Amino acid sequence: MKERRFVRELLESKQRILVLSFVVGVVFLFLVIRLWHLQILSSDDYHAMSENNRLRFVPVAAARGAILDRTGTVLVSNRPSFSLAVIPQEVKDKEALLTLLSTLLGLDRAEMAERWEKNRSRAKYYPIVLASNISRNHVEIVEENRLRLPGIEIEMKPVREYTSRQLAAHLLGYIGEVSEKELNIAGFEEYNPGDYIGKNGIERALEKDLHGDDGGRQLEVDARGRVLRTVSESYPTVGNSVVLTIDAAVQKQTELAFGVQAGAAVAMDVTTGEILAFVSNPGFDPSLFSGKLPADVWQGYLDDKRHPLENKALSGQYPPGSTFKMITALAGLQENRINDSTSITCNGSYDLGTSTFKCWNKKGHGATNLRKSLRESCDVFYYLLGEKLGVDKIAAAAQAFKLGSPLGVELLNEKSGLIPTTEWKLKRFGKRWFHGETIPVSIGQGAVLLTPIQMVSMTATIANDGTIYRPHLVKRIVDADGKTLRETKPEIIGTASFSKESFKLVKQGMLDVVNAPGGTGGAARQYDVKVAGKTGTSQVVRMGGSKAGTAYQFRDHALFVAFAPFEKPEIAVAVVIEHGEHGGAAAAPIASRILRAYFDGKKPPRKEAAASSQDDDEDTDENVTPAVMKKPGINGEASHD
Amino acid sequence: MIDRRLLTNIDWILAGLVLTVCLLGIMNIYSATTPYKIVGIAYYIKQLYWMLAGITISLVVCSLDYHILEDLSYWFYGFLILLLLAVLIVGKRSMGATRWLNLGLFNIQPSELMKIVIIVTFARFFNNFHTIGGLTVRDLLIPLSLLALPAVLIMKQPDLGTATLIILIAISMAMYVGLRWSAIVTFICITIPMAWVGWAYLLRPYQKNRILDFLNPERSRLGSGYHIIQSKIAVGSGGFTGKGFVKGTQSQLRFLPEQHTDFAFSVFAEEWGFIGCLVLIFLYLSLVLWGLNIARRCNDRFGGLLAVGVTAMLFWHVVINMGMVIGMFPVVGVPLPFFSYGGTSMITSMVAIGLLQNISMRRFMF
Repeated sequence: MKERRFVRELLESKQRILVLSFVVGVVFLFLVIRLWHLQILSSDDYHAMSENNRLRFVPVAAARGAILDRTGTVLVSNRPSFSLAVIPQEVKDKEALLTLLSTLLGLDRAEMAERWEKNRSRAKYYPIVLASNISRNHVEIVEENRLRLPGIEIEMKPVREYTSRQLAAHLLGYIGEVSEKELNIAGFEEYNPGDYIGKNGIERALEKDLHGDDGGRQLEVDARGRVLRTVSESYPTVGNSVVLTIDAAVQKQTELAFGVQAGAAVAMDVTTGEILAFVSNPGFDPSLFSGKLPADVWQGYLDDKRHPLENKALSGQYPPGSTFKMITALAGLQENRINDSTSITCNGSYDLGTSTFKCWNKKGHGATNLRKSLRESCDVFYYLLGEKLGVDKIAAAAQAFKLGSPLGVELLNEKSGLIPTTEWKLKRFGKRWFHGETIPVSIGQGAVLLTPIQMVSMTATIANDGTIYRPHLVKRIVDADGKTLRETKPEIIGTASFSKESFKLVKQGMLDVVNAPGGTGGAARQYDVKVAGKTGTSQVVRMGGSKAGTAYQFRDHALFVAFAPFEKPEIAVAVVIEHGEHGGAAAAPIASRILRAYFDGKKPPRKEAAASSQDDDEDTDENVTPAVMKKPGINGEASHD
Repeated sequence: MIDRRLLTNIDWILAGLVLTVCLLGIMNIYSATTPYKIVGIAYYIKQLYWMLAGITISLVVCSLDYHILEDLSYWFYGFLILLLLAVLIVGKRSMGATRWLNLGLFNIQPSELMKIVIIVTFARFFNNFHTIGGLTVRDLLIPLSLLALPAVLIMKQPDLGTATLIILIAISMAMYVGLRWSAIVTFICITIPMAWVGWAYLLRPYQKNRILDFLNPERSRLGSGYHIIQSKIAVGSGGFTGKGFVKGTQSQLRFLPEQHTDFAFSVFAEEWGFIGCLVLIFLYLSLVLWGLNIARRCNDRFGGLLAVGVTAMLFWHVVINMGMVIGMFPVVGVPLPFFSYGGTSMITSMVAIGLLQNISMRRFMF
């Protein structure tokens, strides 16, 4: 019975197949009728439309916004670059034209022919660039011979110009053609292959502001692809300009002070968190990256042991060494493990169990209190203190300073550094913390890592008695008409709550480091302002330490942090010299030059200097500033008229 | 594993039709991509590789007895729903929609696989669901829920084209099982208010624009209406005999959008004219009718359902794509099977052909 039902069901379905086949046939018939309508009945109309009415879109890139320092000095702008282009549809004799060009201008004929050939498949009205970045002299020759060169055009487009060449290269970053990977990132959907995009630094972080809105021309072309007329045109909008917190003069002095040494330095306004100088040395030439980077230059950058392409100020993570002693001291004061009068005896080393931890001074510092321990950077004082505190108390103090996590600078890839805790070790290695491991941590060795940005923030926080400002690089965003669109307000991101008394003691010690006899940081002393600082020498290799003649990459890092003026702090600096060996000898002099540049710049301009400034380019900068500020897009505007 | 008798039963008509369309497609892709700046392997060569990969997969599919699908169908269904959820949560964004799932080695588009899985799921459901005189509204409640879940998930991506396709496939299969007039009328009455709700709340602005542009292409000559206008110009200017291979001005001057993928047919129509289109439409018509014939010859209900579903999938792809190119339907991203450039479409379509071949070969086994 059931079987019979199934058979009937199957037969019904089979009948329905015939109905479905009929429906399919009808639907396809509709397609054919529609095609008949398009291709037979209206064919002539559509054919005429395909012959005559063809619209093409030629994009015109917007000029990028400029980048300026806090005083209005232009750091990055655009300059017009001329290129020689040909519009294939207007050329009758390609070979003759190429020969004429190479004789007139002395350009490589084979190279021009190759570029032409490569773009053969593009529409015939689309200009092909035969030679880019030609000189003004060439431009004039072409203009003079206009009539003999049909189809040849001079194209002008804005090219990124880094006014001070390598100045602040890591901070500014560079631009390049957008990569396939970037096109897939959310937020970059509107970019087309071939568009330029900021690759890193400020150019990347503020891409959205700097880029501007591209424009374009709607062209009508005929069946052969020849332009008939321009249907509509939308002008590109120049990108917004970025005004940095950086002071170009301080930045320049800092970079000069580094010379060939590798390392990083950051100077920050203590009262706002504005970064005044941001240096990673050695630098590179950002302008090389927007074009085709010569292979040998690239290889040179890669082979350099000093890693010029690395942004050490942002992403370099270094053991802070003795500059970390302030943190340990503050932890000790807060936990009442030490006070103003606590004194220990340093005889050059400290034994814990079977291990011996040496003080940098093998002879020992003798009777040592907190102030002396900072001044002469006695290690044993901190070994004893650290042992009593335990690693988690030290870490808590460091975390109160917001160390161990990114501080929120505008740039991408800010590193977080590392503040070890017992919990961290358990998570990371699955092992418990050994008591002996606390000893190196108390002097900023062991697993402790800080970025130069964190070091300067730490120093500024001490100078501020605990107030932590977010370090930032962008002062404001200005549109092409000079109108301020956004302004960065100082932002307090936390407070390191230690007693005023504790801060006072630590700061007193830091003052002695620079100014008292026996202080390790005397090289940073200034004649006009009181500087407080702390030296640091951090071991790169655990054992042995640094010896004269040790291979470069095994030498110790030299560090120095400072703030000034002591009474009413304005500026904090942190300097790291990779493999510079001694903080006091290598890093402190650089900090000194940064402070010098800052305080010299603050002095009211000398009357006689202002009067004689007409013949002195460097001094005029300040007077020119307001004009530049009003029209930051000036370089961009010049480029597309 | 594979029965020797089966080999003698290979459906050469089916294989021949598919291969002819594939080769025409590769020839057309060659022409459509001539004006492109090619980096690496040319598109038509890549398409050739996809075709070979597709044939291999379809051979694998037809070597296994399709009845195993019956047991696995609900597992496939559940797994695909999980994948679709995964796409919404961790999917890869591309061109404003999230459709891809990154599996490390390669990306997959679960909505594409869902087309096959919905067929298998419906085949299993209706195989065990018997009716005389057609399905009533109540009979349809379960299959409707089975359909609604993936359809909504795919709509959310948003991928209007695929969502529409799986709904059309499901309707086609239900029609094969048989619908009562009462059910048909009820659904029409429900669909109209639903469509209004969908228009008002579910569709994204760009999807609405496409539909409006379809209704009135002049609305935005340079916006998304541009695609329809340029495609119609290409097809219409082809005339009776076409402009000749690699001689279509619309395509060679790159007026057509996505001319090697979704708009491949308009390149073909421009270069080969009405005659060429008739040949291609005839090939597709034969393929679809042959697929239905395979369903008719099949003596087991599951096989018949599967064959109808797979054929419906191919049929709706062809109709929607061609309809879009010649301005009968709005622009939705539906490729022309075996003809448009693209690996995913080729593999899915070849799996479908593998299933048809499978059913055709085993028709004497019962």
